[in-house]
Amino acid sequence: MKILTFFSLFSTFLSANSINVEENAGQFFSSGHTNNWAVLVCTSRFWFNYRHVANTLSVYRSVKRLGIPDSHIVLMLADDMACNHRNPKPATVFSHKNMELNVYGDDVEVDYRGYEVTVENFLRVLTGRLPPSTPRSKRLLSDDRSNILIYLTGHGGNGFLKFQDSEEISNVELADAFEQMWQKRRYNELLFIIDTCQGASMYERFYSPNLMALASSQVGEDSLSHQPDLAIGVHLMDRYTFYLLEFLEDIHPASKANMKDLFKVCPKSQCVSTPGHRTDLFLRDPGSALITDFFGSVRKVEITMETINLTDLIKEAEQKDNVQQMLEMVTNEMNILKLWFDSNKLSLNLNKTKFMIFGNHTTNIDVKIVIDNKTIERVYESKFLGVVLDHKLCWKPHIKYLCMKMARSIGILSKTR
Amino acid sequence: MLIKASLLIQSKRRRGQLAALSIAAVVIMVGVPLWWRTTETYRAWLPVSQINELANMQLQLSADVEVVFARGTVTPEQQKKVPLTQTQDEEHTVDENTALRYRYEIRYRTATIMEEDALDQPTAAEADLSLHTLSESPCGSLVVYVIPESSSLLPEDMDVYIGQRRTALLRIGAQMRVGRTVEQLLAHLEPRIKQVLQVMSFSHTDITAALSDRVRLSPGNKESIADSMRAFKSSPGYEITFSLLNPDPKSHRLHWDIEGAVQTYIQPLLTKLAPVANFSLDSQTLYYAMLGVNPRFDSSSSAYTLNSDSLAHVINPVEARLGSNAASSNPVLNFLLYVPDAHHSPLYIHDNKKQEVPSNAFHSPRWGGIMVYNVNGFYRPEAVLPVDININMAKVMGVFLAQLRLLLGVQSSTAPPGFLMAPCGSTGLADWELDRLMWSRSVENVATATTTITSLAQLLDQIGNIVINDNIAEQVSSAVTSLQLAVAELEAGNLGFALQYSKEAIMASERAFFDPSLLHLLYFPDDQKFAIYIPLFLPMCVPILLSLLKIVSEARQKRREKQAKKD
Repeated sequence: MKILTFFSLFSTFLSANSINVEENAGQFFSSGHTNNWAVLVCTSRFWFNYRHVANTLSVYRSVKRLGIPDSHIVLMLADDMACNHRNPKPATVFSHKNMELNVYGDDVEVDYRGYEVTVENFLRVLTGRLPPSTPRSKRLLSDDRSNILIYLTGHGGNGFLKFQDSEEISNVELADAFEQMWQKRRYNELLFIIDTCQGASMYERFYSPNLMALASSQVGEDSLSHQPDLAIGVHLMDRYTFYLLEFLEDIHPASKANMKDLFKVCPKSQCVSTPGHRTDLFLRDPGSALITDFFGSVRKVEITMETINLTDLIKEAEQKDNVQQMLEMVTNEMNILKLWFDSNKLSLNLNKTKFMIFGNHTTNIDVKIVIDNKTIERVYESKFLGVVLDHKLCWKPHIKYLCMKMARSIGILSKTR
Repeated sequence: MLIKASLLIQSKRRRGQLAALSIAAVVIMVGVPLWWRTTETYRAWLPVSQINELANMQLQLSADVEVVFARGTVTPEQQKKVPLTQTQDEEHTVDENTALRYRYEIRYRTATIMEEDALDQPTAAEADLSLHTLSESPCGSLVVYVIPESSSLLPEDMDVYIGQRRTALLRIGAQMRVGRTVEQLLAHLEPRIKQVLQVMSFSHTDITAALSDRVRLSPGNKESIADSMRAFKSSPGYEITFSLLNPDPKSHRLHWDIEGAVQTYIQPLLTKLAPVANFSLDSQTLYYAMLGVNPRFDSSSSAYTLNSDSLAHVINPVEARLGSNAASSNPVLNFLLYVPDAHHSPLYIHDNKKQEVPSNAFHSPRWGGIMVYNVNGFYRPEAVLPVDININMAKVMGVFLAQLRLLLGVQSSTAPPGFLMAPCGSTGLADWELDRLMWSRSVENVATATTTITSLAQLLDQIGNIVINDNIAEQVSSAVTSLQLAVAELEAGNLGFALQYSKEAIMASERAFFDPSLLHLLYFPDDQKFAIYIPLFLPMCVPILLSLLKIVSEARQKRREKQAKKD
């Protein structure tokens, strides 16, 4: 009796396992994307905006940890924190109180730094309208099967986002840029996260399909910063990104957490502002979209079932060698012949000299015979002693020639009727 | 005295009126046009009507088929009754803007004596080879040889043999043995020839898959989704990188003749694919490059195994170390050859069913392929490390060629039942596979270029502030011309020219769409426009307007006085 129950339990476990494996393989293809990109933008400069740079760098670290390589990340930072003369710990950017976590490190690859972080460059990266001299690392080379994560942080207002204290991007421009990306099929699905004051106003105007947006605060609310560090003297992180990162710490490349969990990050009790999200343009159900669909880069993989048998190729290569050897011999002999002609004051008319290769298989057309710096013409049929020889010895040209001759005589005969 | 004063006042007033009138005249006649001209954006003329015509895409694909009756399939009297040519049309409407028409031009003839001799070979493969020596079919056309049912060329259960070039051997069915008329024969052959065409030229599913840019169809099943995601999108050029990963240089000193192998095995395929795209090749060796996954030791086969779930996590750690050519933005295909370190040899890949994979390789859609090459059999355990190992490039390139074919979209779709396919030739690509690729690429290019041009026209129309330079208008016009030519060539059945024109169209349209000067930064909401103009123009216009009004009211008053005087 016990054995029976144990057996039945075991069998159900096995079947559940096999279903899991099938599901895994199936889920790989349900999202419809084959590669991931991330565009991380910090739109502020100056020392007192330390927290925005720390925000962006922390998201950069998580995205790299989950598998997106540097070649697929476009990082735009003013990058004036680590080497700022007000930084008590040069070459570091910390995201945690008591300097626990240095997010700058030594392998940060910033693609647009300093004054290159402008609205124009951001829009150029998104729409792909970069000058032809732009290197690969500064381009967003996504295709119609790419999932893109866009993260913006900085100072914002109702309907705009301030770039480096000198210009601003409006929500209409952003929506138009996304629409141009959609027209050119530059993304499969796009996740837009913004951590600024009144962030929800930036995604109000979106109208392209397959966009999901999260913001740290609603219109009329401010996003607040999290914790100041007394040693460094500035606030280190914003609240929304801090809790977002805490959530991402639990995500690993094989995790199955989905977007609905992401919406629950940083409730009002922790964030003071009310985070918002927008999913009406997203075609899939957010519950079926995994976090790793955007933050990580889980590749789809197929086993290669077929191979091509290349040992026949070696035989063909040998044949090719034979032809070459033969041609070399012929060239040598012809050169000797030419020498004899010249030494006996006879002339060899190279224009009237032709060569033909007899053979059944189609040999490489690229064969040349050169005598005295003159290339000898290759022919495929030639009249010799009244017979038209062709290179395949199938006698078609000879028969044609005979038919032409006879047709003439028959024509004359018919006139005599 | 009073008269002089009143005259003075009148002259002053008239001067004032003249001044106001002349300022108003200058403002209206000179100022307004000047302001209009200096604030308008330069927009070159675009052929909008032609673009709108193109948006409604009606594609016609023509394929030529020559059906050759071998001896024993038709009697001489029937041969006279067989029509010389037959044209069949098939119409499909994909959506409200896209319609497809497939035209098959079938020509019938009997086999010549030489072809009969060629068909007299013992096996189908040899018959195919000797048939090739007789004639070459142009690109996009097919020759189908109909052989009698009694022929021994094909094995019992196979009815069709598809050769390496553009020929197929079709065995006539058993029911066509006696007492059949020409109409019955043709009716019997028609669906079978159509089936052959669908395998060798184009099928409706292929063409609609190529139109995926235009029409996002709901995916049929998992295989079709996988198929559509696997191959790279059409691009004018590709970069292929071969990388040798050696995690253990202390034990293995690996030698691979990559240049020779590429010349012998890969270059013929790429030369054959030259009309489709340009390829640039490079290779590299990476040392101390580990896989990101720990393989498990399987005691039953005393080997290390990687199961299919962990394969997905192998690529990312490696990809960070692979370089790429910074100069071009062409898609990159990476082929990695991984030689496991001595402690983890031999390493085998297992599929879902825990079976060993014979090729020991896997590929990732739109990225490339990885092959694991075990070298533990090449040296004895007590050999002096490091050992020199020469890698057998034929085996490696066999796998990489197969992966390259899949990634480029040369579908080795499962043959329908009863079909026997010849193995692809020395170049790794059969001629009809190239034709298939050219059909789908042409259609894809035409669809993409049309979408690009129409969306560009729409965008430029919507946003009135974008400057359209002359070079963009030129590119758009040339793209439109190339598109029209490509569609015409597809209709005529000239596949080579159609592909060339479609490539030109796509390059011109991409260049026009992604021109850096088309950036829309000029978003001014209307209230901002007012806020700019009012401080400039209002102080100037108010006095003029007021004086004009005064002039008008005075003139009216004078007229009324005159009227009153008259009465």
